[in-house]
Amino acid sequence: MATEAKDAAHGAEAASSGLPQLDITTFSNQIFWLIVTLVVIYLVLSKVALPRIASVLAERQGTITNDIAAAEELKAKAADAEAAYEKALADARAEAGKIAADTKAEMQAEVDAAMAKADAEIAARTAESEAKIAEIREGAAEAIKDVARDTAKEVVSALGVEIDEKAVEAAVAAQVKG
Amino acid sequence: MADKAHGDEGGLAFHPMDQFIVKPLFGDGPVGMFTITNATFWMALTIVCIALLLVVGTRGRALIPSRIQSVAELAYGFIYKMVEDVAGKDAVGFFPYIMTLFMFIVFSNFLGLLPLSFTTTSHIAVTAILAMAVFLTVTIVGFVKNGVGFLGLFWVSAAPLPLRPILAVIEVISYFVRPVSHSIRLAGNMMAGHAVIKVFAGFAAIAAISPVSVLAVTAIYGLEVLVSFIQAYVFTILTCVYLKDALHPSH
Repeated sequence: MATEAKDAAHGAEAASSGLPQLDITTFSNQIFWLIVTLVVIYLVLSKVALPRIASVLAERQGTITNDIAAAEELKAKAADAEAAYEKALADARAEAGKIAADTKAEMQAEVDAAMAKADAEIAARTAESEAKIAEIREGAAEAIKDVARDTAKEVVSALGVEIDEKAVEAAVAAQVKG
Repeated sequence: MADKAHGDEGGLAFHPMDQFIVKPLFGDGPVGMFTITNATFWMALTIVCIALLLVVGTRGRALIPSRIQSVAELAYGFIYKMVEDVAGKDAVGFFPYIMTLFMFIVFSNFLGLLPLSFTTTSHIAVTAILAMAVFLTVTIVGFVKNGVGFLGLFWVSAAPLPLRPILAVIEVISYFVRPVSHSIRLAGNMMAGHAVIKVFAGFAAIAAISPVSVLAVTAIYGLEVLVSFIQAYVFTILTCVYLKDALHPSH
């Protein structure tokens, strides 16, 4: 240790300079002042410092706990609000869907009605047209008979043969029919 | 005194132990019991520093602490948790006492690291009183709380019966050696570190090796800062361990 090194280096004065720590004459002084110091520190700590720090820490802990509780409450409120919003959204969606379906059904009914009406009209017109066509066709057939008869008469008279009305008519009818 | 004995030396002179001499602060008389000495001064300075940190530093009682207040709270929490964890929940009544020991030792150690200062905790007289205070507290508390049952601390019931008397002797010896090791550990650490710094500083007088010497002083100083805290911590945690024995003597 350093002491031995020193003692070796300064052999002459080693006897007079022992460890200051072992100088018994200073012990009572150090012990007295140490006890005074410790008592003062103890009083300062136990009467002032420690209660104050403890109260500060407790207060902070309380504040933190309160804040956390408040935060939890607000979080719950936020969750409630979100649930309400979701519910409103779902309701609105359902409503919208319902309205859309109703409207669609209504429109379908209208369309169906219009279609039916249109179909009926078309059928009526078709029938009318067919009747007219049949009439025209009839008319045409009559006209052909007349024309054929007249033509046949003219042709026969041109040939100078006596006109047998009944025979011509019968021949024309047979030709037209055939 | 020692400084007179060294007076007529020249050149390379080592006086690593002179820093530990207790001398009167005013005048040059003998050191009596109530003389105001350098030890008194540095002890008073520890009181001032502790008061500055723990009382003045926390005067704001701020919810969001200032820097110095958070240091004070850190010290409080550190020791409080140590007492609670090591010595048990029923030992928190001793918290102010243990806090006093810790704050005194840690501030004495750190103030002792100031150049030209005097390290009160490097004196065996001081550490012996601290250790004896712990020893007496632990012994008295042990007997008051547990009565004769405190002696069960020395009777290792987990060991085989023939071994128990031998173990009891060992336990008793180790119990009474505690204050010795407790005090010498602290004083020895503080004294050795400071003496080594002084020896290296002495070498700085030689120009050729002074850079090495200055580097070594710096390195050892850093180590000493660590040791200062660790020794205060060790002293305090051992106090808690001994206190746990007093409160719960069964192994």
